[in-house]
Amino acid sequence: MRSSQSPRHGLINRRVFLQQTAWFGLAGGALGSKLSADDTVTLPFANGERSLVKYPQKRPLIRLTARPPQLETPFNVFNEGVITPNDAFFVRYHLAGIPLEVDVETLRVEVKGKVDTPLSLSVADLKKGFEPAEVVAVNQCSGNSRGFSNPRVPGGQLGNGAMGNARWRGVRLKDVLEKAGVAAGAKQVVFNGLDKPVIGKTPDFIKSLELDHALDSEVLLAYEMNGEDLPMLNGYPLRLVVPGYYGTYWVKHVNEITVVDEAFPGFWMSAAYRIPDTAGACVPPGTAAKSTVPIGRFNVRSFITSLADGATLPAQRETLVRGIAFDGGAGISEVLFSADGGRVWNAAQLGKDLGKYSFREWTIAFAPAATGALELKVKATNRLGESQPLEPLWNPAGYMRNVVETVKVNVAG
Amino acid sequence: MKTNRKFAWYAGVYATGVAVTAWAAPLKIELPPESVVFKNAPGAEIAAGQCLLCHSAEYITTQPPLARAAWKAGVEKMQLKYGAPLPAEQVEALVDYLTKSYGPDSAAASSK
Repeated sequence: MRSSQSPRHGLINRRVFLQQTAWFGLAGGALGSKLSADDTVTLPFANGERSLVKYPQKRPLIRLTARPPQLETPFNVFNEGVITPNDAFFVRYHLAGIPLEVDVETLRVEVKGKVDTPLSLSVADLKKGFEPAEVVAVNQCSGNSRGFSNPRVPGGQLGNGAMGNARWRGVRLKDVLEKAGVAAGAKQVVFNGLDKPVIGKTPDFIKSLELDHALDSEVLLAYEMNGEDLPMLNGYPLRLVVPGYYGTYWVKHVNEITVVDEAFPGFWMSAAYRIPDTAGACVPPGTAAKSTVPIGRFNVRSFITSLADGATLPAQRETLVRGIAFDGGAGISEVLFSADGGRVWNAAQLGKDLGKYSFREWTIAFAPAATGALELKVKATNRLGESQPLEPLWNPAGYMRNVVETVKVNVAG
Repeated sequence: MKTNRKFAWYAGVYATGVAVTAWAAPLKIELPPESVVFKNAPGAEIAAGQCLLCHSAEYITTQPPLARAAWKAGVEKMQLKYGAPLPAEQVEALVDYLTKSYGPDSAAASSK
């Protein structure tokens, strides 16, 4: 990812600047320029120019869309540490009717449907009435890295920044469901949040989990992220945390939990977020899937974070390379690093284990022998023996990309 | 764009003389403005009138240079799955506009 400024986007950015200065009633000048979206980044695929825009409670992030907001984390943030700061955490909404004001005192979460005792709980009720629980877990968009699909596919054209790792604190969904009492015959639990479609005919964003999954003690109703209230754009005041599963299940601004005795048929389960029912969730590039299933757990991924494409390294001197690896919850067991395009692989040292759902830091020192171009690669394996493909897998929606990543660097004398 | 995080004070507790309780005022945010507009070409008024009803222009402008069939599939998905109130007689004109402006032969695609 490199910074750039094409003349075309220069014009757009000037307009953003003018709008924002108008918004604040400023005449321009130093303060105005600080608020302008002057910066752009170019994601490394065709039509990848994006503006960096500051949102409430956020630092400037890569704006994919303005309405509803979809913001991607600049990749260098992942080299700051294995916990992604709240103000850099990606934002993904589906429907433009998003809450811009939430009163935590009056918000109630309704627990209803096939339960013995329907509940109506405030966030304070959750904090007081249930044992707190914490997990460090990655949230990753199903379509993270979609922009790299080849052939390209329609959808949100994301680089690698629609992921993040946070310490989530809240209450166990299991405890809340047990307080309500799950009735016999229940099959799934359905989650809705405050975000709404613009027009009545658009399906509301509603997701479901199998009952066993909802009762597994790992799924949380989280009210804190990295020790603070959730940012509004990450689901304030309460979001579902589904460790190891793609972000589509992590319903934001949760206010309705409904236990049902059927497979929930809503659009966002039955038509959207479906993957090919094949090993690797892939089909031959450019073809359709014969049958599909709802997307589920993350596959294995790893990234180099300390070096970007085009970096220059010194010859015959040690460079410490750092990165992250994660999977859907088995836990990372090994990270291999190659400095020669994948011929020779060496084991990297794994960093502190923050739990099986967290980013796992890895480091390795290497000293390039000679000057010239090098392809650095990283490949992780989890405790189930699952790893990453050397060539990208493909599916029509551009989900679940997990190819072995390559960073091209130059070694100088 | 401001974040309202100040505390409000509950006057009633003064009357009881027990304690002063604080709690959070509603969290309120304001979003920065939209900045991307559609390319000006025949059919842009349909895109502006229909697409912008539910989402900003980047949903289209950030796509790769999709072929006509993909734009058509996208428009039909908006109609059939998302309930876009696009009149049937405007479908072909909208697909033409999207293909011409953001498809393989568009200026954005040829500059790559």
